Amino acid sequence: MTGNTVISVRNLVKKFGNFVANDNLNFNVFEGEIFGFLGANGAGKTTTIRILSGLSKPTSGTVMVAGFDAKKQAEEIKKNIGYMCQRFSLYDDLTVKENIMLYGGIYGMKKKTIQDRTTALLEQLNFGQYSDSMISSLPLGLKQKLAFSVAILHEPRIVFLDEPTGGVDPVTRRQFWEMIYEATARGITVFVTTHYMDEAEYCDRVSIMSEGRIVALDTPEELRKQYNAGSIEEVFIKIARPSRNVEGGLE
Amino acid sequence: MQKVIEASGIAKNFGNTQALRGISFDVNEGEIFGFIGPDGAGKTTLFRIITTLYLPDEGSMTVLGVDCVKGYRKLRENIGYMPGRFSLYMDLSVEENLRFYASVFGTTIEENYELIKDIYSHIEPFKTRLAGQLSGGMKQKLALSCALIHKPRLLVLDEPTTGVDAVSRTEFWEMLGKLKAHNITVVVSTPYMDEATKCDRVALIQEGQILSVNPPEVLKDSFTRKLFYVKASDKYNLLKILRSFPLTISAYPFGDSIHTTFSKDNPLGDLNEYLLSKGINDFSISEGRAGIEDRFLELMGTESIHYQ
Repeated sequence: MTGNTVISVRNLVKKFGNFVANDNLNFNVFEGEIFGFLGANGAGKTTTIRILSGLSKPTSGTVMVAGFDAKKQAEEIKKNIGYMCQRFSLYDDLTVKENIMLYGGIYGMKKKTIQDRTTALLEQLNFGQYSDSMISSLPLGLKQKLAFSVAILHEPRIVFLDEPTGGVDPVTRRQFWEMIYEATARGITVFVTTHYMDEAEYCDRVSIMSEGRIVALDTPEELRKQYNAGSIEEVFIKIARPSRNVEGGLE
Repeated sequence: MQKVIEASGIAKNFGNTQALRGISFDVNEGEIFGFIGPDGAGKTTLFRIITTLYLPDEGSMTVLGVDCVKGYRKLRENIGYMPGRFSLYMDLSVEENLRFYASVFGTTIEENYELIKDIYSHIEPFKTRLAGQLSGGMKQKLALSCALIHKPRLLVLDEPTTGVDAVSRTEFWEMLGKLKAHNITVVVSTPYMDEATKCDRVALIQEGQILSVNPPEVLKDSFTRKLFYVKASDKYNLLKILRSFPLTISAYPFGDSIHTTFSKDNPLGDLNEYLLSKGINDFSISEGRAGIEDRFLELMGTESIHYQ
């Protein structure tokens, strides 16, 4: 972690009609850190991630991502970030190699660079035997590892991971986190959501969202102390329990 | 005790893929029986056989005393099934979905309201909202209500809590516990190992095979080695160093500590020295109890510390 701010959110509000999905959010994310973005279903996480990745505009407030303004420079943001979600990240009816080529092309990488990266990537993942396999034929764990590698193929400054490990087996889940550690060691900032509370402990800092607001933000250790809890799961349940009355929240 | 499911040697292939490789197990009346295992282990295939949607290639299965191949019509009236992905009509309202399921089974919401009251009351205030506009936790409660509305004797739930937050998951399990009072047997699958502790018995399933069937407490106690929790501020560095320690058998990150087993019963002296020699000064080591996930990792046989 360098202490440089790569994401700065000031007074972010996002409304859908009368519904306030993000209610005055304020936080920074620092270069090279793993930032855990937690919250109950419907708390407003997906809305925030869509704004941070240039897919949706804030109703009001200032959001800077990798030095660009989310209101005016969404396209510049998209070039400087990677994004991976639990589903749809890869094209099922293309092969492993084809997917890598496609994403490299979309990010405007040079052909030679794409080829070199593809070779390096397949070797690194021990994926040689799968290079011509259709994505649909791969087990979920391998898909998710590949999807992560593809999301950082263009060496973005920030990568957004939206529930990357849902349903993945315990061994692969841990391998996935090691890939995250390696990426941060290279200076890539990781912004991650998860429902596995043990994974929240692997983050440098964790924020917890409830009813459209950030209600807690600190290192896992500090959060456990503050809430007098043995684990982040306990912290989460203490914080998110009372918010059940907004059960009707939109995803 | 009466058996609700008796399965013997169930196998199912899809082309060259062996989804189930000869599975045998029994489920007792009134218990919550969990299948715990990763995506691709064969859980969904097995559940589709239990619910008479697939035919097994080999083996036999009796559900509620009825052969699940020959007696499928009778069985379907007595099984409630909540599939992993789709079970709600997104363009119908909450109430319309429930009414539809009730009518398919020739009953009404009113007739069995008692059974779903606890669950449905959470979402009833939103009964005119389209199912497609509900949050994950609410969809799950509606889907459970729909699976229960015909008062089934067996409830089959395929990963009902995947993608659902920790609070909703806790609530969901509390609801399942209450179904016992109605003598409904529950078969449920999940990729969350911690949920295994909420079941009466748990089958660990991996690559189409059952690794073990046990009550959760027995499962934890069957961990074979002494387990140590090792902590330090730089977790990734600590993990790499623990893996390079010659006495280490396995080292897996678990929350804020690394669960480690060693080839020696008392490795502490050697380990202290080793960690210090590698420049780690702020570590702590304590002996800890194994959880379900520790046992699962052990059973998966991926004990090689270099699991890449």
